[in-house]
Amino acid sequence: MAKVHVTTTVNSETVEFLCDPNQTLLDVLRDELGKTGTKEGCGTGDCGACSVTLDGRLVCSCLVLGVEAQGKAVGTVEGIANADGLHPIQQKFLENAALQCGICTPGLIVATKALLEKDPNPDEKTIRYWLAGNLCRCTGYDKIVRAVQDAAKDLAHPA
Amino acid sequence: MSSFAFATPASVADAVALLSDAGDTRCQMLAGGTDVLVQLKSLDRTPRTIVDIKALPETNALDIGSDQIYIGAAIPSAVLNENAELKALLPGLLEAADLIGSTQIQGRASIGGNLCNASPAGDSIPALIANGAVCVIAGPSGQRELAAEDFVVGVGKNALDKGELLLGLRIPKPTSNTGDAYLRFIPRTEMDIAVAGCGVRVDVDGNGVCTAARVAIGAVAPTALLVPDAAAALIGSKLDDDALAAAGAACSAAASPISDKRGTVEYRQKVVGVLCRRAAAIARDRARG
Repeated sequence: MAKVHVTTTVNSETVEFLCDPNQTLLDVLRDELGKTGTKEGCGTGDCGACSVTLDGRLVCSCLVLGVEAQGKAVGTVEGIANADGLHPIQQKFLENAALQCGICTPGLIVATKALLEKDPNPDEKTIRYWLAGNLCRCTGYDKIVRAVQDAAKDLAHPA
Repeated sequence: MSSFAFATPASVADAVALLSDAGDTRCQMLAGGTDVLVQLKSLDRTPRTIVDIKALPETNALDIGSDQIYIGAAIPSAVLNENAELKALLPGLLEAADLIGSTQIQGRASIGGNLCNASPAGDSIPALIANGAVCVIAGPSGQRELAAEDFVVGVGKNALDKGELLLGLRIPKPTSNTGDAYLRFIPRTEMDIAVAGCGVRVDVDGNGVCTAARVAIGAVAPTALLVPDAAAALIGSKLDDDALAAAGAACSAAASPISDKRGTVEYRQKVVGVLCRRAAAIARDRARG
């Protein structure tokens, strides 16, 4: 099957790539664009490790075709830190030891950023429901929830 | 995934032409992809062409009119749930849509897709049936309409003929005396498949008497079912405990579930009646607002 030419933006940079129609956005990010921060867990939309934003909306990149990114804006974990250093969400995940093996972490960081943009001051229940599609098999979720709460505080009142 | 071609038709006519191309019997419609891509990956479908229908104006339109509401088939659930006006009008339907999957799934999954996927346990389906939704279908000979309860014809099978696609759903607009609700039972609080589900919509008059009702059950038969006997038990009553119990009994009687790892036949028959009573009480309280 002929490859398709796709123009999109990834983390605000215009990107062009060729892909097979049956490549997922996750495949394209990792295998064509070298952005391996986004992880593959289940490949069926259950674990959230491959979470990215598509036009600002949180999605599983394993359930998006690469060709569907045409003309859209994709946001991945690589776009979260800036030249000055880690984003407060990333910093708070570190400080709270909210990760062990790290496979779920990029998806959790992207999902947390999407949450705090929508709701800067979420309660614990809101956090737990929002992140219910991001599975972590190492830490359990308490440290993750505390990291999100700390990040929300930090973003509201930067130290 | 096996290889396939990808098409994004710019109009309904183009979509119908692609889907009805006689030489190509293997077309698969794509909206949010949260079921379709999982199925493609599990190799149980081998489409030659994926037809992405979610860029069409007709599948994306949301129109709250004076007497009906049109919901484009491909609108993601998250988008519907961010619409405060729609949520105030159809809280039960939007709660049903909101139960499907995670935040990530919500960003893509649509109620039109839930209907087309035709799972016995699709949460939005009983809520759509209870709300009297009518499917607006485009095809080679123009548009036709079909009641939501007639759209799903078997496990994983819908009523679309070759060349047809679901454009959207037309729902009678609730009045200030209308309430709807959907409840499902799952063994945990989130991210699971319904063991049983029940959608209810009622209208009440100024004396609290039920003047119209529709009740639908899910996950307890090969397809979601409209239960006219449950509605009949509610209409004319003040939606008191006796009427709710009678409606629940009618749902239990209408259920023909299977036993599987999520529940036995007996358990599902009982639970669907309980869900009916509770959903009817919520719908009643919303109708009395």
